[in-house]
Amino acid sequence: MVKVGSGFLAGCALIASLFAGATGAAEKTLTLASTTSTENSGLFRFLLPPFEKSTGIKVRVIAAGTGQAIRLARNGDADVLMVHHKPSEEKFVADGFGVKRNPLMYNDFVIVGPAADQAKIKGLRTATDAFTRIAKSQALFASRGDESGTHRAEEGLWKAAGIDRGKASGGWYRELGAGMGATLNAAVAMGAYTLTDRATWAAFGNKSSHRILLEGDPLLFNQYSVIMVDPRRHPHVKLAEAWQFVDWLLAEEGQTRIEEFKINGKQMFFPNAAHPGCE
Amino acid sequence: MTILPLSLSEVAYEAGGRTLLECDLSIRSGPATMVLGPNGAGKSIFLRLCHGLLQPTRGHIDWRGTEDGNPTRKQAMVFQKPVMLRRSVAANIAYGLKIHGIERSIRDRRVDEILQRTGLRDAARRSALSLSGGEQQRLALGRAWALEPDILFLDEPTANLDPGSMAAVETIICDIQKAGTKIVMTTHDLGQAKRLAGDVIFLYRGQVKERADVARFFESPESREAAAYLKGELLW
Amino acid sequence: MNDFSSAFSLALGLIADFDPALGEIVGLSLYVSLSAVLVAAVIGLPLGAALAVYRFPGRKAAIVTLNALMGLPPVFIGLTVYLLLSRSGPLGALGLLFTPTAMIIAQAILITPIVAALSRQISETLYETYRDQLRSLGAAPLDIIGTILWDARVGLLTAVMAGFGRAIAEVGAVFIVGGNIAHFTRVMTTTIALETSKGNLALAMALGIILVVLAIGINAAAGIIADASGAREDTR
Repeated sequence: MVKVGSGFLAGCALIASLFAGATGAAEKTLTLASTTSTENSGLFRFLLPPFEKSTGIKVRVIAAGTGQAIRLARNGDADVLMVHHKPSEEKFVADGFGVKRNPLMYNDFVIVGPAADQAKIKGLRTATDAFTRIAKSQALFASRGDESGTHRAEEGLWKAAGIDRGKASGGWYRELGAGMGATLNAAVAMGAYTLTDRATWAAFGNKSSHRILLEGDPLLFNQYSVIMVDPRRHPHVKLAEAWQFVDWLLAEEGQTRIEEFKINGKQMFFPNAAHPGCE
Repeated sequence: MTILPLSLSEVAYEAGGRTLLECDLSIRSGPATMVLGPNGAGKSIFLRLCHGLLQPTRGHIDWRGTEDGNPTRKQAMVFQKPVMLRRSVAANIAYGLKIHGIERSIRDRRVDEILQRTGLRDAARRSALSLSGGEQQRLALGRAWALEPDILFLDEPTANLDPGSMAAVETIICDIQKAGTKIVMTTHDLGQAKRLAGDVIFLYRGQVKERADVARFFESPESREAAAYLKGELLW
Repeated sequence: MNDFSSAFSLALGLIADFDPALGEIVGLSLYVSLSAVLVAAVIGLPLGAALAVYRFPGRKAAIVTLNALMGLPPVFIGLTVYLLLSRSGPLGALGLLFTPTAMIIAQAILITPIVAALSRQISETLYETYRDQLRSLGAAPLDIIGTILWDARVGLLTAVMAGFGRAIAEVGAVFIVGGNIAHFTRVMTTTIALETSKGNLALAMALGIILVVLAIGINAAAGIIADASGAREDTR
């Protein structure tokens, strides 16, 4: 009986110490909600260490789809947001959750597919043409289907091509509801076409016989922005650290570092922050 | 202050729509009481009712002639198959004392005494589960004895034992009785009943058919059923 | 097959190099799951035993519910805990989201029903055997719970290991409440998921192999402890 009691107390003491330990008092930290494309490409592993070294602020990255990242930021579970879907970002700021939308860097989307290219899209110039051909030939297409920036971009392209995929869902149009990596794995396994950002594709380790079949269309432009969560909405937000981070990213050090990030010798993200100063 | 006499006033126990036992009697201090009868006569139920493990459907059970709650501390019971706790022999004996908050030094002394009297001193540190059947029953007796009960119930304590162990167990039972505890015991072994008993309660199909002192019961049983049982005729 | 063989050699390479990144991830996995198991044991073991011993109206329903809770999907628990710990949620002020503590909480919620349900089953089986004897010795329900938990310790260890196995293998809950943050909340399962999503299938497999070996190792250790404690009670 005593054994049961003292065992219980010991357990409670341990639980209490876990709580104490987890919040990690002394260290300065910052929570960044971002997308799978920036994480999976390896950008953060390259970009963050110089910042952490010079400021002593540890950046904790939570990589999710754009939709989920924005939800996290709305809930106040992140201090800074870095995603790539302009309309959602502008709504985020307009609704009072973000301080300001700061364009940060860009790259592009590409359409990848199996080497056999049954829809014969290689050589086409525009993404809408490619999508039209895919739809016409009913070739398999894997969509992220998760309201991410990439997914929204893909939807925009179908709309521009005037194609309604409603009835095709489950047929040649496969909506996965998954992150970029999982979607790529599925596309490769299914021999399907898919839309992906260049950086994630470059870093992807399971390409099999898939390759980039269409690129360069201006519609495939992919802009990333960074937004501080508004402390008026979420007072607990780490304002000082967030400000330091955003300033660093937009200034020369951050922009140069982004430029220096390469996969297989090729630059993946192109910094395009506006020059600091009042507008 | 002893908890005896135990009185069962118009007690009945029913289960599954049948009356399994009816009795109205008292048990006083003194020599051992043997409860005899064929299988299914209700002997186990009788012991369990007295000890408080079962509640009577009708009637009431009183200690010391008064309506008392559940004076378990002054009673103990030994079952046909002893339940050994997963710990040492000494720890088993100490168990009852421990849960009643008996302080360490008194506890240790009493455990030592019991180990001595049951001949288990050498096995004190061994796991109780490693004992033989006879040794385990001796341990069960010791464990009950340690509580210094006014009354000790035993349900066929030697049914599964070899003759050597049986003798050892009977000796301990006698010692417990000599130390002042009332023994109430069931058995199928008539020789054992004759050896240990003061008086006999004979049960048949849930009814008390006869109650007499041991000599008279064995020599001239009054009830037809008892006579048949003693001749070895009645099986159930 | 190509991926399997490169996975095996990768796994060996990682272990042989004492890769510090791997060490960090393994360490965190163990910390989170073992802590969760500790919480689950402290709550679940006595809870299961109590359910076995106490009788109260609605007991059957409670047992059915407990057994059903064993099947709670991890991702559902993750989502629920996220909503609770989110800054916009009721416990947001604690600031626990995306920390190892949140992961421990989620896993503890996941495995406590398993530990409790198994504890209930094991305790009930033992209680059947012990009930009369313990009540006879005067044990109160709380004493009985303690005695059963101690005597059933070998079986209960298996229940705890079952909980551990569930915890160390799950990814849904820890992904949502932990956020898979590098060097902070990244554990083996979330790393496997991440590497898979990056297409690094051989590496993901290698990590999976290491995870399985680790789980086998820990279960083997528990088995040895169980055997050692059982061996001391060898029956003749």
